[in-house]
Amino acid sequence: MTDLFSKFDPLIEMRANLLSSGVTDPFGLVMEKVISPTVALCNGRETILLGTYNYMGMTFDPDVIQAGKDALDQFGSGTTGSRVLNGTYAGHKAVEEALKDFYGMDHAMVFSTGYQANLGIISTIAGKGDYIVLDIDSHASIWDGCKMGDAEVVPFKHNDIDAMEKRLKRIPEGAGKLVVLEGVYSMLGDIAPLKEMIAVAKAHGAMVLVDEAHSMGFIGPNGRGVAEEQGVLDEVDFVIGTFSKSVGTVGGFCVSNHPKFEIMRLVCRPYVFTASLPPSVVATATTSIRKLMHASNKRAHLWENSKTLHKGLRDAGFQLGTTEPQSAIISVIMPDLERGAAMWEALLHEGLYVNLARPPATPAGMTLLRCSLCAEHSAEQVQTIIGMFTRAGKATGIIGQEHTLSA
Amino acid sequence: MTDRNDIQDRVLEQIAPFNKKGVELSDATTFAGDLEWDSLTVMDFVAAIEDEFDIIISMNMQAEIETIGQLIDAVAKLIG
Repeated sequence: MTDLFSKFDPLIEMRANLLSSGVTDPFGLVMEKVISPTVALCNGRETILLGTYNYMGMTFDPDVIQAGKDALDQFGSGTTGSRVLNGTYAGHKAVEEALKDFYGMDHAMVFSTGYQANLGIISTIAGKGDYIVLDIDSHASIWDGCKMGDAEVVPFKHNDIDAMEKRLKRIPEGAGKLVVLEGVYSMLGDIAPLKEMIAVAKAHGAMVLVDEAHSMGFIGPNGRGVAEEQGVLDEVDFVIGTFSKSVGTVGGFCVSNHPKFEIMRLVCRPYVFTASLPPSVVATATTSIRKLMHASNKRAHLWENSKTLHKGLRDAGFQLGTTEPQSAIISVIMPDLERGAAMWEALLHEGLYVNLARPPATPAGMTLLRCSLCAEHSAEQVQTIIGMFTRAGKATGIIGQEHTLSA
Repeated sequence: MTDRNDIQDRVLEQIAPFNKKGVELSDATTFAGDLEWDSLTVMDFVAAIEDEFDIIISMNMQAEIETIGQLIDAVAKLIG
């Protein structure tokens, strides 16, 4: 018998090697208590959270929590059903109305996760014989949607407008074309030149889908994302988003102005063949989304946090994913997985949690310490974080002892 | 009409800059096994081949191409 698990041997060995060095398992952290959007208790230690994607800090908003409690009382703990059968409650329609208002679009469709939103929409609209042109650094849910739909998949170099155009030009005449882009790429925290890319896509007759998971609530005058910031939201055919970042709960969605969009509810399998979100979740999401429409002060503070952390880490001598802060993600590039894990652990001992990201999730085989800021991080917390990074960086040899503010 | 030898020459020319270890090349040489290319190298190389021949080699097609010989045949088919 061939052991079907033998294909995982290289990964099992890599993990064993890493853990044999005595380092804490970076993928086994447990939060014993969550005190606020920015602080939790990990291994008995009060820890600042800097890797949660909880950009707008809505998880402990009193209105959001009350809405969830009320829905639990009034509608029960779960729907036990598909959206197209017994799983659509008033709350599911209400959250779709909130999304339509938030984005100013005609249609909104809510999925049980963001992963399912990409999986469902992409695989359903781009089928056999159609072409999907996508950025090579796209999220796993986008790749999986491509594979499931059986379209011809044509990747291009990250954020490379010319490479994208060359591929669009070569697609056979008459074939259906979908260009898939992300507003913010979550590994390095860089944004896409959507204005230019969408213009090229449209010039070649492609429909455009933009995943704005990491920009919702924060980027753009109304928090609608990078496409809004660059003035091209009207040109986007499908916006994909999630409730598990700025909105502060779980779920995914697609908003669109396509006149035939509603048919997706009947043909999209990851929408049909799964249970809908619990009533408490859609109630918290609705309240959160409506509050995010009026959150410009929080957006401004989050930008300040992002700029301060970026400058502080750069001045301390760290190598960062972007030369300027472009989002609420600041990515710190580690020399390799071993030292990345050591640095991650040193930060945890300082009382700071960040995401350790490693291949294949990362571009170019990089090991990253990914920091995502929150609008609820105080200016003092950001300074504390910079101090923790500097001490841990020196202790692990990631940055030199000689680095000063002028380095 | 482009014959197979001509395509082969042009393909080998595109492989050269990516053949860092100087592996000896034949129709049977595999990209993953013999040349030890990772996914990023494959992407850059596919882009170079696409530009050289003005074609698209989708990921679906790439999945069927393991050797240099298979690539030459695939290119020949694509440029008709």
